[in-house]
Amino acid sequence: MADQSTNSVAFVRTEEVPASPPPANAAGPVKWMRENLFSTPVNTVLTIVAAYVIFKIITGAFPWFANGIWNSQSLAECREILQGTTGGCFSVLSERWNQLLFGFKYPPELYWRPTLAFVIFLLAAAPVLFFKLPRKLLIVTALFPFIAYWLIWGGSILTPLLALAGVAGGYVVYSRFVTNNFAMGFFGGIIAAFLIWTIGGSILPDGTITDGPMQSVPSRDLGGFMLNLMLGVTCVSLSLPIGIALALGRQSSMPFIKYVCVIFIEFIRGVPLITLLFVASVMLAYFFPPEATVDLFLRVVIMITLFSSAYIAEVIRGGLAALPKGQYEAADSLGLDYAQAMRLIILPQALKISIPGIVNVAVGLFKDTTLVSVISMFDLVGMIRGPILASTEWNGVYWELWLAASVLFFIVCYGISQYSQWLERQLATGHR
Amino acid sequence: MTIMTDPPRESFRLGMLLSDTRYRSLTLQAIAFILLALSIGYLANNLVRNLTALGLNIDFSFLGTPAGYDINQRLIEYTSQSSNLRAAFVGILNTLLVAFLACVTATIFGVLAGVLRLSNNWLVRKLMSIYVEIFRNIPVLIWIIIIFTIMTAVLPGPRAFRGDNATSSMLFDAFAFTNRGVYIPAPIWGPGSMVVVATFIASIVAMFAYRRYATNLLYATGRLLPMFWPSVAIFFLPAILMFFIMGSPIGLEYPELKGFNFAGGIKVGGPLIAIWFALSIYTGAFIAENVRAGIQAVSKGQTEAAGALGLRSGRIMSLVVLPQALRVIIPPLISNYLNITKNSSLAILVGYADVTATLGGITLNQTGRAIECVVLLMLFYLVISLTISFVINIYNNAIKLKER
Amino acid sequence: MKKSVFLGALTVAGLAAGAAAAGTLDDVKARGKLNCGVTTGLVGFAAPDANGEWNGFDVSVCRAVAAAVLGDSSAVEFVPTTGKTRFTALASGEIDMLARNTTWTFSRDVDLKFTFVGVNYYDGQGFMAPKDLGVSSAKDLDGATVCIQTGTTTELNLADFFRSNNISYEPVPIETNAEAQQQYLAGACDVFTTDASGLAATRATFEDPSAHVLLPEIVSKEPLGPLVRHGDNEWGDIVRWTLNALITAEELGVTSANIKEASMEAGNNPEINRLLGTEGTLGEMLGLDAQWAKRAIEAGGNYGEIFEKNIGENTPIGLARGLNAQWTDGGLIYSPPFR
Repeated sequence: MADQSTNSVAFVRTEEVPASPPPANAAGPVKWMRENLFSTPVNTVLTIVAAYVIFKIITGAFPWFANGIWNSQSLAECREILQGTTGGCFSVLSERWNQLLFGFKYPPELYWRPTLAFVIFLLAAAPVLFFKLPRKLLIVTALFPFIAYWLIWGGSILTPLLALAGVAGGYVVYSRFVTNNFAMGFFGGIIAAFLIWTIGGSILPDGTITDGPMQSVPSRDLGGFMLNLMLGVTCVSLSLPIGIALALGRQSSMPFIKYVCVIFIEFIRGVPLITLLFVASVMLAYFFPPEATVDLFLRVVIMITLFSSAYIAEVIRGGLAALPKGQYEAADSLGLDYAQAMRLIILPQALKISIPGIVNVAVGLFKDTTLVSVISMFDLVGMIRGPILASTEWNGVYWELWLAASVLFFIVCYGISQYSQWLERQLATGHR
Repeated sequence: MTIMTDPPRESFRLGMLLSDTRYRSLTLQAIAFILLALSIGYLANNLVRNLTALGLNIDFSFLGTPAGYDINQRLIEYTSQSSNLRAAFVGILNTLLVAFLACVTATIFGVLAGVLRLSNNWLVRKLMSIYVEIFRNIPVLIWIIIIFTIMTAVLPGPRAFRGDNATSSMLFDAFAFTNRGVYIPAPIWGPGSMVVVATFIASIVAMFAYRRYATNLLYATGRLLPMFWPSVAIFFLPAILMFFIMGSPIGLEYPELKGFNFAGGIKVGGPLIAIWFALSIYTGAFIAENVRAGIQAVSKGQTEAAGALGLRSGRIMSLVVLPQALRVIIPPLISNYLNITKNSSLAILVGYADVTATLGGITLNQTGRAIECVVLLMLFYLVISLTISFVINIYNNAIKLKER
Repeated sequence: MKKSVFLGALTVAGLAAGAAAAGTLDDVKARGKLNCGVTTGLVGFAAPDANGEWNGFDVSVCRAVAAAVLGDSSAVEFVPTTGKTRFTALASGEIDMLARNTTWTFSRDVDLKFTFVGVNYYDGQGFMAPKDLGVSSAKDLDGATVCIQTGTTTELNLADFFRSNNISYEPVPIETNAEAQQQYLAGACDVFTTDASGLAATRATFEDPSAHVLLPEIVSKEPLGPLVRHGDNEWGDIVRWTLNALITAEELGVTSANIKEASMEAGNNPEINRLLGTEGTLGEMLGLDAQWAKRAIEAGGNYGEIFEKNIGENTPIGLARGLNAQWTDGGLIYSPPFR
């Protein structure tokens, strides 16, 4: 009984009990499921319904993908191979992929040209989208329109060079005069550019090349997803400056300019794009000089650009309105004139706020480029509705084609909207 | 000591038109006006030259001539002998019909999906964000075509209902879902049916009166009357009682397979359903985002404060969160309604006779009056959207935060 | 083609000089290409194949005109047009001629100011129905749902037919032929109506063509032919006589096989000689050279050959000559004499 003195109490713990794991239903996946899937009866019902929907979709779609045929020559052949089992006839994609991407008239040996233009486009867009990239890349951006034009349409390199020379000349004049007077620089630059184009255009030989790697491709031969991308990129970039001008005009204190801008913006926003495309296809030709023929692509670009510039103007107006009034007053108190205040103080900030909105407009516009299929242009949707579904071989293949079109659009639009959200988070830092 | 004097007034010089702020804006406006007038004149001149060269003219008299074609979906009397103007009106009404229906259902889809996206159920949340992303990122044109293809390819044709070994049958012998449309029973108004209808309308009024009384009572005395069940009772009971008292004056006419199609009942055409559903589910995805943003815009402190006051969660939603969220939700909601109206012009893809299909489609094709038709078409859409913007402005002014 | 799209944009601004507004013939020659409006795709009449080459009955007319004017049957730019855009495209000068199953009607000729240069296919609107529908006449179609391809005279004829027979129907207007076909095959409409030739062409693409019948009624007259703008009669003459040359060649037995030989030197038949330019100055009168008709015929053969190759009985479309036989065989195809 000697050690009883040391252990006077029957039982004393000297060390901490190791924490026992939480009960099985309060940890790990079970806990997660209890909290996230089955927390209340309503939730349980919802979960079961949702799971059932997912199950149905997967079991319905799986055999269709798994049994898909990728290498037949026609739908009839597909049906023969499938022997009545469920399965997609994806061979329409493997056989007509080039038509879906480039349209049916673009010369197949020249597919590298638009592809290269697309790669350069990614390079050119990068410094605009990601501010951290070296600013030198902006040179690619500046040259991109001319290179892309040359690559896609082909022909003599003199034409894009002339265009570039005009822009460069205009810029030189602009930067020469802008320090004195913005208006003088701006309009001087425009006049200089037009002078160079007009003089150059009259001495330049006809730039059409009929064969070889840089042979000319008329814009009527463009088509497929390429056409959607081209329309989207061209119209959004052209409509940015117009949109800025309209937004400033709408804020202007000059009543005439203000009301012209308001009427224009409200008119364009009030009518559906499809009626504007009808204008492009059935009306606009009457408004050009009788001796000029302007091809459909250009007419459509004009109308879509007007359309998107009105929407972009509204986004930028929102940006301008969101700037604190102090910014305007500060610019005024520094003695800056209107052009300087806008260029140096207001617009950089307003545009920065507007970027997510502009990106949203761009996504919407890119989706809307599919409407050109209604006026007999063969974009991705037009290719499917027209030549492919009308052909003897593939008449009746719907799901595979529409699935492919949806996937292409989804990738691009989802990518852009994710970028927009990322950008919004990046920009959100300075303003709270 | 300084004496402030006005500087001597300069007499007007030409250069002051640009350098003097008093005149500059006038000068600029004058220049803008001249430029605008010149370009409009240029375009008009081109138009006139083109048209005279072709021997054409602008002439709206085609509106009065017989249209010559039939329209499958019409809300007003119309035959192929009616005028083109009437055909345009049929189209306008159809546009408004599909726009209205799609606005209602898109709101339902959008609110459901938006609320469910905030649900604490992981699976539902994810499913809803997949729905929103998929529909927002694929062009509406493709959705319309896909849904129309589903309609025609998946639903059975009327032929499938025929014969002894029919492959399809009608739901409750009253509803037929075919790829030409959905046939539902139509009410037959017998004698005395007006009394039932009048009772029904009276009970709706009574229900609102009761709800208002209950609310007033609550605010005045704090006494809480039951709301839901009495409302339901007032809504249904009198009309049902009256229906039996009058000896069941309202009957139902069931659709029946006759000849090529179902006859009798009400037909909701396939094209209408396709464009209606496509627009609602597409726009619903956008509305869902608005609803989510609206609810999230109400700061959490509001919910917590309401909870601290002892409100139950249902009442927190209806009395505190929603009224504030609506302020954020409604303006973009209305512009989504505007988008629905404009997108309904894509109905031509599915053969629904909206105004783009009648005035801007068949009439244009048949008369060749492209300029006139397109101008009228744009005018119509413009009137609609200006009206809607007008409503937005009124609403925005009404709900402006009244700061005191 | 102008210098480029870019310079085209400047043309719009009125800054670069546009081409002089001369006659269409000079424009075409200066451009080196014929702009020809066709459908967006109707197998047999005008449709691009898998390589993007346009083929078909209407396309052959364009090629013949290009061969006559430019000496190269491939110097054609095919401009796909819809029912809506075709007339503006022609009126505004975007295309030089329209060869797109266009029905010659009074109002198009007089009111819309187009010149139809002739008829290359006598058509009529018909109905197609599935065999198991058990319909033998269009007059049995009371209450039927009818799919129509919009943008043609079809809607009007249909309304007239049903009204004059006092029976009801439900129209389903569809934009493109492919979509109308899909509707019809899915049973969303009982019958499909368009020009009888189009019906035959459509039926040829079905999985089981024999399960569908063309109803005997032809409810309209549809003389289809190429058309040009009013006012440029020289150009109209060229298109008109190119078409007539193809027709006359068949009548006189000039085919793509024997044309080489026949055009070497003047033969016994003076009309063949005049046609092929070995005698007389017909080409000169048109503003072309003596060999114009020879090239037009060489491009795709004579009228009969073009018919057989694209839509004749040995093609999937399988149309009989019927009304479109030469007048000597009891048909309506008849060319004024080359004299």
